[in-house]
Amino acid sequence: MTAMAGLYAGNVRAVLERGFKVIGNQNWTILVSGFFEPVFYLLAMGYGLGGMVGQVSGPNGTPMSYLSFIAPALLATSAMNGAIYDSTWNVFFKMKFARIYEAMLSTSLGPLDVAAGEIGMALFRGLLYACGFLVVMAGLGIATSWWALAMVPVALLIALGFAAVGMAVTSWFSTFQQMELINIVLLPMFMFSSTLFPIDVYPQAVQWFIQALPLWHGVELMRQLSIGAFGPMTAVHLAYFGVMSVAGVIFCALRLRALFLR
Amino acid sequence: MSVIEARGLVKSYGDLNAVDGIDFEVAAGESFGLLGPNGAGKSTTMRMIGGTSLRTAGTLTVLGMDPEVQGPDVRANLGVIPQQDNLDTELRCRENLITYGRYFGLPRAYLQQRADDLLAFAQLTEKANEKVDNLSGGMKRRLTIARGLINEPRILLLDEPTTGLDPQARHILWDRLFRLKEEGVTLVVTTHFMDEAEQLCDRLVVMDHGRIVAEGSPAQLIREHSTREVLEVRFGSDRNAAVVEQLADLAERIEVLPDRVLLYSADGEAALEHVRGRGLNPVTSLVRRSSLEDVFLRLTGRSLID
Repeated sequence: MTAMAGLYAGNVRAVLERGFKVIGNQNWTILVSGFFEPVFYLLAMGYGLGGMVGQVSGPNGTPMSYLSFIAPALLATSAMNGAIYDSTWNVFFKMKFARIYEAMLSTSLGPLDVAAGEIGMALFRGLLYACGFLVVMAGLGIATSWWALAMVPVALLIALGFAAVGMAVTSWFSTFQQMELINIVLLPMFMFSSTLFPIDVYPQAVQWFIQALPLWHGVELMRQLSIGAFGPMTAVHLAYFGVMSVAGVIFCALRLRALFLR
Repeated sequence: MSVIEARGLVKSYGDLNAVDGIDFEVAAGESFGLLGPNGAGKSTTMRMIGGTSLRTAGTLTVLGMDPEVQGPDVRANLGVIPQQDNLDTELRCRENLITYGRYFGLPRAYLQQRADDLLAFAQLTEKANEKVDNLSGGMKRRLTIARGLINEPRILLLDEPTTGLDPQARHILWDRLFRLKEEGVTLVVTTHFMDEAEQLCDRLVVMDHGRIVAEGSPAQLIREHSTREVLEVRFGSDRNAAVVEQLADLAERIEVLPDRVLLYSADGEAALEHVRGRGLNPVTSLVRRSSLEDVFLRLTGRSLID
């Protein structure tokens, strides 16, 4: 327990309050920026490409339109983007330039309060993106099962996993060049995680690699939820994000301790 | 009663001992200074007091608590003014104070009033809804100090409070700090400015290379380590060193700096007469009282600002 002494003061709320105050000052404009990317993909790919592709085979072999196939995947991506935006670039800026955390840690807050608060803000953004995307899906008539509503809490779980790991990884970075690595990892992961086409187009070895990455689990989970068709893998997907979240939060707290309690 | 007590305090980064075994005590209500050049270990000491830097060895208690174990509880009683302003530029001035108060878990209703009082104290009432980026350097500094007072701290830690400010802004700030001192707030100030140490500190330690090389009140330190007056003479940079031998017997001690020669003597004017009497006409001359700068030069052989 001594390793954690002085790390937590039970005042995550103050960090969240600050986050919402800042969002209020920016008139919420900054929030929507990252929301549109998956929406554009949905419209461009879903309608553009979807017309050429026709029907595809979804979870448990269920036939579905291409639009319905990629929409849940893009929802998972949306949750990821929201979480990553706050937990990487925003955290990087606050840590290195605005020195917000330095100020927070001269008060009675502990590093764990700060980490939990910042992850909370990332979750909020992930949630907002996911809800917005779900509304778009409903509007397009591609959220057909009541299970689709369960996509919101699952989006939060996905966001938590990415936010915690994203923040921990950001704590190692000190330059903008290093921050670009995040995009270098995220973009291919988005392209290849069976988001836009099924995973079985790849050789087996590549499939295994993709299946080790978090987004694939998020995409598969969302796709199953969108039509309410589950299988034995559902639990694996959920467990993946459970482990990722817990490990990410612990990793994050240790990194903050190393950074701010030198 | 002492509010801060350090014994054999050490902080190492790899092979370097940034703080190399220091002992000091700060009494309640006292204004205590850590004086020394950049890299002397002052800021590291400050961070250890706040519990944001872990000590390598030694003991440290702040208000009877160990800041490493009870960091949040210790900091609840501290006001920390960092060397570089770290105001929240995404919030306006008054919001900065209230939000910071929330970090201490203080109730919003209390903070509304407290923020207004502190804005008045910092002479920033008209700037309450201004963006932080639009404030001048001196205003930002005052806002940072106001923010550090939001939790009514018993101890205020000021790391280089007036570095980078113009003379007028410095005097306004000193005046504010003096008022706090009168109200009984304990001040711990690091500085490499002698005039600041003389203005603000009842007692100070002189630090160099992580060690304490002297301790006392400003007047005491000057009395012990320097003469009453100093004569500064310039002969031009190429001649300064050459004439020193001819001046040796005119002062208790002589320091040759690149641009001038310092003669330490109880009576500077008399020394200047003797210098002139020997036909050595300095380009410029100045007689002044000894300052902490001279104490530092004497103790370390170096100037404070290099």
